[in-house]
Amino acid sequence: MSDRLAVRKTYKLYVNGAFPRSESGRTYEVTDARGAFLANAAWASRKDARDAVVAARGAFGKWSRATAYNRGQVLYRVAEVMEGRHAQFCEEVAAGEGVSSGRARAVVDAAIDRWVWYAGWTDKLAAVLGSANPVAGPFFDFSLPEPTGVVAVLAPQRSSLLGLVSVLAPVLAGGNTAVVVTSHRRPLPAVTLGEVLATSDVPGGVVNLLTGDAGEIGPWLAEHDDVDAIDLTGAPADRALELERLAAGSIKRVVRPPAEEPDWTADPGTSRMTPFLETKTVWHPKGV
Amino acid sequence: MTAPAQPGPLFEYAPAPESRSIVDVRPSYGLFVDGEFVDGSGESMKTVNPATEEVLSEVAVGTEADVDRAVRAARRAFTRVWGPMRPADRGKYLFRIARILQERAREFAVLESLDNGKPIRESRDVDVPLAAAHFFYHAGWADKLAHAGLGPDPRPHGVAGQVIPWNFPLLMLAWKVAPALATGNTVVLKPAETTPLTALLFAEVCRQADLPPGVVNVVTGAGDTGRAVVEHDDVDKVAFTGSTEVGRSIARAVAGTRKVLTLELGGKAANIVFDDAPIDQAVEGIVRGIFFNQGHVCCAGSRLLVQESVHDEVIASLQRRIGTLRVGDPLDKNTDIGAINSAEQLARIRELSDVGEAEGAHRWQPACDLPDRGFWFPPTVFTGVSPAHRIARDEVFGPVLSVMTFRTPDEAVAKANNTTYGLSAGIWTEKGSRILAIADRLRAGVVWANTFNQFDPTSPFGGYKQSGYGREGGRHGLAAYLKGASH
Repeated sequence: MSDRLAVRKTYKLYVNGAFPRSESGRTYEVTDARGAFLANAAWASRKDARDAVVAARGAFGKWSRATAYNRGQVLYRVAEVMEGRHAQFCEEVAAGEGVSSGRARAVVDAAIDRWVWYAGWTDKLAAVLGSANPVAGPFFDFSLPEPTGVVAVLAPQRSSLLGLVSVLAPVLAGGNTAVVVTSHRRPLPAVTLGEVLATSDVPGGVVNLLTGDAGEIGPWLAEHDDVDAIDLTGAPADRALELERLAAGSIKRVVRPPAEEPDWTADPGTSRMTPFLETKTVWHPKGV
Repeated sequence: MTAPAQPGPLFEYAPAPESRSIVDVRPSYGLFVDGEFVDGSGESMKTVNPATEEVLSEVAVGTEADVDRAVRAARRAFTRVWGPMRPADRGKYLFRIARILQERAREFAVLESLDNGKPIRESRDVDVPLAAAHFFYHAGWADKLAHAGLGPDPRPHGVAGQVIPWNFPLLMLAWKVAPALATGNTVVLKPAETTPLTALLFAEVCRQADLPPGVVNVVTGAGDTGRAVVEHDDVDKVAFTGSTEVGRSIARAVAGTRKVLTLELGGKAANIVFDDAPIDQAVEGIVRGIFFNQGHVCCAGSRLLVQESVHDEVIASLQRRIGTLRVGDPLDKNTDIGAINSAEQLARIRELSDVGEAEGAHRWQPACDLPDRGFWFPPTVFTGVSPAHRIARDEVFGPVLSVMTFRTPDEAVAKANNTTYGLSAGIWTEKGSRILAIADRLRAGVVWANTFNQFDPTSPFGGYKQSGYGREGGRHGLAAYLKGASH
């Protein structure tokens, strides 16, 4: 054992490609599963949420128009960079979730592999979800999936890394940008994931990570007119109804919270991508 | 012969009215529940011919108790008959319905024009044939759902509550009912307050097809009846087409429930004309885009964006063309523009047009004689419109076109997307690469390039942004009616 005093990390927000503190100056104490102090995390405010939406909207044009091949490579790059931080993620997951180091390793492995799964989807979506439509007339008519836009994600409260990646990666694979409210009690792996994203060719603003309370930040995002969709997976059970009602004001696409947090190790399928994809149909006459 | 004092129509037309003797409108109608026409437990309402204000019939206003009876019938039919039925047999019922709609097409067309006010040319050539086509198309899906890419064993939700608008009464019924039945759901349908008659005639079609009782139930009424359908505890799936305002309240009402919702709401579509477009074709498309069905079309091309260099030429040509449109008797086979559907809608069109003038846009309307009775509004073009004007932002849902200009493709895209809606858009240019590039950038669910207002049962239709969610038509439209399938 070295007697060197460790240099501790300051855990901050990840907004528009940068790591600001909360503009409110608020922080909250994050503890491990046994209650011992781990860090003071930034406690995101309404202003931070609004800044994150502006950043996500600003990043949407470029990210949504990137080629599917390019998006796939960027998401794969996230997996590559995560692999290099494997030990750090294991430590944070083990501390926050109170699981054995073996279990933490399995969780981190699955989280990395999930990026690989979605990286491979980007250039398959149009073929699997699109169509050429045999209309009864002289027209070429086709339908393609397109991203919905800015998606607010209330990340799972329990599974702080695998759960987070499982709800975030599908949003990005479709070409959306995201404003994520992380697990409240277990925010540290999310902040480290932000550091991975910042060094993985994911353009700034495509992912914005807010540590704090989904019950407090959720309503601001649900009623924000420039948010196109909201995933309520991590919403507090007693707030989900209010959040869905607020989301109705601007006809947001809503993914309702599950009765209980799902088993994130299950085969993800496509059901977390399709809620955040629109179908565009284009017609053109045929004629010589 | 002396020359007319002012420019008149190019040709004189003799009246060519379609006979209404083919329809037999009963003096009153009950509700269609569990395969029978039954009396409603509440009041009744009058449905009028908007072209004459003549009362066509008295129709029941469904109460909560009536809706409950209909939902229970639908649930029974789902559990006992329609759910367990061989999928191929469900398909055969839908094929039967498609055929009966074709056989009785003229009757439906006349009745639709009487109740709605739309020109017989459109009800005859668009609404009714497309409605039949929707049933024919979906009939074939009934026993092929496992091949639709929506999971290996897709299951229906159960009872679908469907609320439809007055602009395409039978066609919107077909868009809703055909996919619901093909996927194995049963239906409680609430037609629009002002246009219930073709839905009630459709109930007779269901009887002629021997469709099992309770599979389709029609509960007429107004907003309260629709609310009762949407809020009924035993409805599993809600589908609504109508205004964004009502769509919001429905989304609030189903929040926190297990109900699955699809919404097809308003629009304010941009129709973009580039300087290289063939002007005559573009003008036909502009006319089709905004004056089809009196502009009572959620995907109407109500914002014309013209490249500045061809603005004057396009407007002159457009005005010349509008001068030849014939406004009047919906049953006349020469009529291009029929009656506004209701006094309320006419008042809204008048109000927004007055606001357009008050905010500084320039109103142009052709000289045209409008009938003395009924609800009428002439085709109207506003030039000098700014993106901030209400006529550039609010859905008028009438024959009112707002014209704006642009210089560059980027400006065209920015202006086209500058709306809370995202249902449809149009592009007119001879350059293929430009069509594809602009189509990619338009935030709208349907993009018509060098055409407008085309519809087909195989082609998914639905909005981005506040124009709603979910698709109708095609493989995508099935997803709305199957568990766990979102595309």
